[in-house]
Amino acid sequence: MMKSLPITIDSVSKSYGTYVALDDVSLHIQAGEFLTLLGPSGSGKTTLLMALAGFVRPDSGKLLLGDRDITRLAPNKRDIGIVFQNYALFPHMNVLSNVEYPLALRKMPKAEARRRALDTLARVKLEGLAERNIAALSGGQRQRVALARAIVFEPRVMLMDEPLSALDKNLRETMQYEIRRLHDDLGITTIYVTHDQREALIISDRIAVMNSGRIQQIDTPQRIYDRPSTRFVAEFMGEANIVAPGLVRRIDGADASGATLMIRAESFHLDARHAGRDGMALDGTLRAKAFRGENWLLTLVLDGGQEVLVCIPAALASGCGELATGARVTAYAPAAKVHPLPEAKT
Amino acid sequence: MTATATADPALAADALRERRFFLSLSLPALFIVGLAAVLPILWIIRQSFLTTGGEYTFSNYEKVLSSGLTWSALVTTLELSLATLAICILLGTPLALALASARPRVANLLMAFVMLPLWTSILVRTYGWLVLLRRDGLINAALTGSGLTAEPLPLVYNFTGTLIGMVHYMLPLFLLPVYAAMRDIDANLIRASSSMGASLGQVIRRVILPLSAGGIFSGSTIVFIYTIGFFITPAVLGGGKVNPLSTRIERTLSTFQDWGSASVLGILLLVVMAMIGMMFLAARRLLTRNGAAHA
Repeated sequence: MMKSLPITIDSVSKSYGTYVALDDVSLHIQAGEFLTLLGPSGSGKTTLLMALAGFVRPDSGKLLLGDRDITRLAPNKRDIGIVFQNYALFPHMNVLSNVEYPLALRKMPKAEARRRALDTLARVKLEGLAERNIAALSGGQRQRVALARAIVFEPRVMLMDEPLSALDKNLRETMQYEIRRLHDDLGITTIYVTHDQREALIISDRIAVMNSGRIQQIDTPQRIYDRPSTRFVAEFMGEANIVAPGLVRRIDGADASGATLMIRAESFHLDARHAGRDGMALDGTLRAKAFRGENWLLTLVLDGGQEVLVCIPAALASGCGELATGARVTAYAPAAKVHPLPEAKT
Repeated sequence: MTATATADPALAADALRERRFFLSLSLPALFIVGLAAVLPILWIIRQSFLTTGGEYTFSNYEKVLSSGLTWSALVTTLELSLATLAICILLGTPLALALASARPRVANLLMAFVMLPLWTSILVRTYGWLVLLRRDGLINAALTGSGLTAEPLPLVYNFTGTLIGMVHYMLPLFLLPVYAAMRDIDANLIRASSSMGASLGQVIRRVILPLSAGGIFSGSTIVFIYTIGFFITPAVLGGGKVNPLSTRIERTLSTFQDWGSASVLGILLLVVMAMIGMMFLAARRLLTRNGAAHA
């Protein structure tokens, strides 16, 4: 196992003309942690990654690798493994030469470099493909070569820029699992960039949600999903209903809280018994319904006029097929799934 | 246009008609090439076997191929071409690298300067060099005036002067394919390379040069094929002392009106060009095979 290092990002800003790509970003990543930068395109996540790699120079702020200030260090001196979005494999070298490349740069003896490269190829399940040309590989195989090349020289930190975005859905899920397994085997500090919230939830120790060059929230996947601190995070992470205070009543008749509430579509039940006595009830009429395979998506118009999405698992939705548009529907949510959004930061 | 297997005969006929139409667009060009290139060559081949009296003979070949002047002209031709090529590679490759890594606006501006000579007539440019390089020219005046050299340097009416003129003409033509190849290299390959620890020199040697080898090759082929038949530059800047095959052909015609010998020299030039062309193609194929699917 290689020795990995913590990363500290200290008040880093970067502008391009009037466009602010990074706005005073601070973040600490522990040694061996798997942290995902999640956000829509233009949120600054890739700029932050490229600043860590050394290809973007911050206007202000500091980047620390362990105790070492790397803000102005040349990219080739940082000892960071990077997996690029388009893999960036060398088309004029075969698989083995690609993986041996960082070792050859370090003047490692040929025999040892070969052994290390072959070991690493085995680790990413590419035994037997060492002599292949890059052009003859599938997308998933290229992805694995890129991974092998990024870890073969035992960097202290690994950066991944949307590494799975070019793969189809099934392969993406397999690779998510494999990248996570590789990380757990090597214990290498990893920063992963994606715009896919599902991928971020599955793969990360912690997620930093970014928007307009700022970090909106840093937390574990579960807390990011269940306890978003801003409206942006709530809506970016999944089907979120942001419900105004007056439109909700407590099932037991007690006074409902005065806060704006975030309730995920899949937190609702159509049966009050599943929600508990301290749960919330929302009364409305059915505007639309859609069968999505594993669940039904119902669109309710609350009596106050607001639309709410209600997602009922197909296994529990015996009555959904018969519900007609315009029918009166009450959706119930258990208290634990009702999250008051902090008002100020929306 | 993708050829799709279609069951409908009407569609197939349409596709065929379309293909024939597009093929027919090449006919005017083919006609001109046939008229302007193939016919004269056939005529030259016929001339090479005729005496001035119009009888068939091998004497032209005997005369030309046994003459020391012919072989020294061939050596001069190859020397000029190789020297021009070497200087173009040494000057042009770094220049292409600089252009390809410059910001687009700067690169376009620099490219305009590089292309400027191509918009000027070669005769004008060659005489321009004469003004600069001759004994009392600008360069020698500056050199002797500043005391850098006691005597004016022999910069023109010799091999050096001819070479300067030829490099000046060929450099933009060499630069274009090399620059295009370098500009097409994915910037992430260079980033990936340096993230793995490569210095700038290592990036150039291990990534940029191998990936632009195809462009360097195309540029070299262009330089060689152009320079092997160069006439004006050696004629003006060589001062009669630099005699490649092209000037020998001209002299054979203008001084001796010997069409038979001139034709043999022309065929010799053609054969040399074809041989070198084939060598380039073979080398390129070898390079492509070794360097994976890239050229």
